[in-house]
Amino acid sequence: MSRIRIPPMLRGDVGGAREVPAEGDTVRELLFDLMARFPGLRPQLVEDGDIASYVNVYLEGEDVRTLDGLDTSVSPGSSVILLPAMAGGL
Amino acid sequence: MPNYRELLQQVKAEIDEVDVTQARELLDAPDRPLVVDVRELDEWTEGRIPGAIHIPRGHLESRIEQASPDRAQSIFLYCAAGNRSAFAAKSLEDLGYENVVSLAGGYTDWKRSGLPTELPRTLDGEKRQRYSRHVLIPEVGEEGQLKLLDSRVLLLGAGGLGSPSALYLAAAGVGRLGIVDDDKVDASNLQRQVMHSTSRLGDWKAESAKRTLEELNPDVEVVPYIERLTSDNVERILADGWDVIIDGADNFPTRYLINDAAVWHDIPLVHGSIYRFEGQATVFKPGDGPCYRCLFPQPPPPELAPSCAEGGVLGVLPGIIGSLQASEALKLCLGIGEPLVGRLLLFDALATEFSEVNLRRDPNCPVCGDSPTITEYVDYVEFCSGRPAHA
Repeated sequence: MSRIRIPPMLRGDVGGAREVPAEGDTVRELLFDLMARFPGLRPQLVEDGDIASYVNVYLEGEDVRTLDGLDTSVSPGSSVILLPAMAGGL
Repeated sequence: MPNYRELLQQVKAEIDEVDVTQARELLDAPDRPLVVDVRELDEWTEGRIPGAIHIPRGHLESRIEQASPDRAQSIFLYCAAGNRSAFAAKSLEDLGYENVVSLAGGYTDWKRSGLPTELPRTLDGEKRQRYSRHVLIPEVGEEGQLKLLDSRVLLLGAGGLGSPSALYLAAAGVGRLGIVDDDKVDASNLQRQVMHSTSRLGDWKAESAKRTLEELNPDVEVVPYIERLTSDNVERILADGWDVIIDGADNFPTRYLINDAAVWHDIPLVHGSIYRFEGQATVFKPGDGPCYRCLFPQPPPPELAPSCAEGGVLGVLPGIIGSLQASEALKLCLGIGEPLVGRLLLFDALATEFSEVNLRRDPNCPVCGDSPTITEYVDYVEFCSGRPAHA
């Protein structure tokens, strides 16, 4: 079981939780497990059947794009951060 | 126990001294040593050897590591006559510095030989008092404060993030602040935009900012730009010359636009963004880390990126993130510390938790990558609209 940090704009889809558990051996599996638990997330995270390119995913503080992307393997107990771009400044 | 004379002779026998002729050669050589003037402030202000830094003898041991962390660095010390610098050389050798020389005859001999001198720029009495808490910090000091007074920082947005950044940069004595904002002060701004006030409702934010900042510190020149940053005006605004840009914009098109401009003009960009209880900050330094497009190659669809106007924001949150941006900008102006390059700082006010993720430059980045494919301004509104750029 790993823990996924949910950004504020997606918390409405996970019952307001800041962090939720998910299971999987790769980042992709983890995210699809997350969406199976919280189906409301699917339209926000998926584009053309796969995790959308505008979703930044960090595994233990590293951007998975600099690892093996969505195929990056995940060991149990890992912490994952979903990081959206935020425009707000005013 | 030796008396002063004997002690001086003893110390001089243990250190390396050079006379003015040798000194001249040393300072003209390509691997010029670090020149340290160890005299008192009043002596320093009356003239110095060009390029010298000032560390009074009394502070030498505590400050030299800041000026020269490398013990192998050659150091050239001088005082007025060569006695204080002899003791200073001994102290540095005791601290492990391997290549230290002291100028025999000191600044007096140097000047008498007709060698070049310069009058250091100094803060006048009023500025010395205003910035005294900066001058006291070894990493800033008088030189640093003079640097800040010569620095120029451009702020995008005079809102939530821009308010604290601009206030602290003005208070710090950053000599010139540009403020780009095309909006007017609205009642809903005042919960967080602390640069404005109730009496300014309906005023241009850039003008309101100018009044607040110049009242706070008359040393600062504020240049208001009452316009929205676009591909059409960005070059004109950047032509005014800026050392650092602070991005406190409220929309993606402006953020991508200023990113591209900052990369092409080689200007560090201090990024901050906020939503509800959470904020992000980082520094995009061209040539030395990723840019905004490496972090977010593609903007999210507009419906997934609500603004603070739509989702709300805790009033103090921009105070924290904007102050971090000001701190990064000051470090960049001073050339000190470790800027937030390659690190995205995340702050969660509800959990009171700071965390960091690592950012890396993307060699395939269309703007700062090895073979850029975007080399001129695009239609940023269209780029961020989710519609394809070319039908």
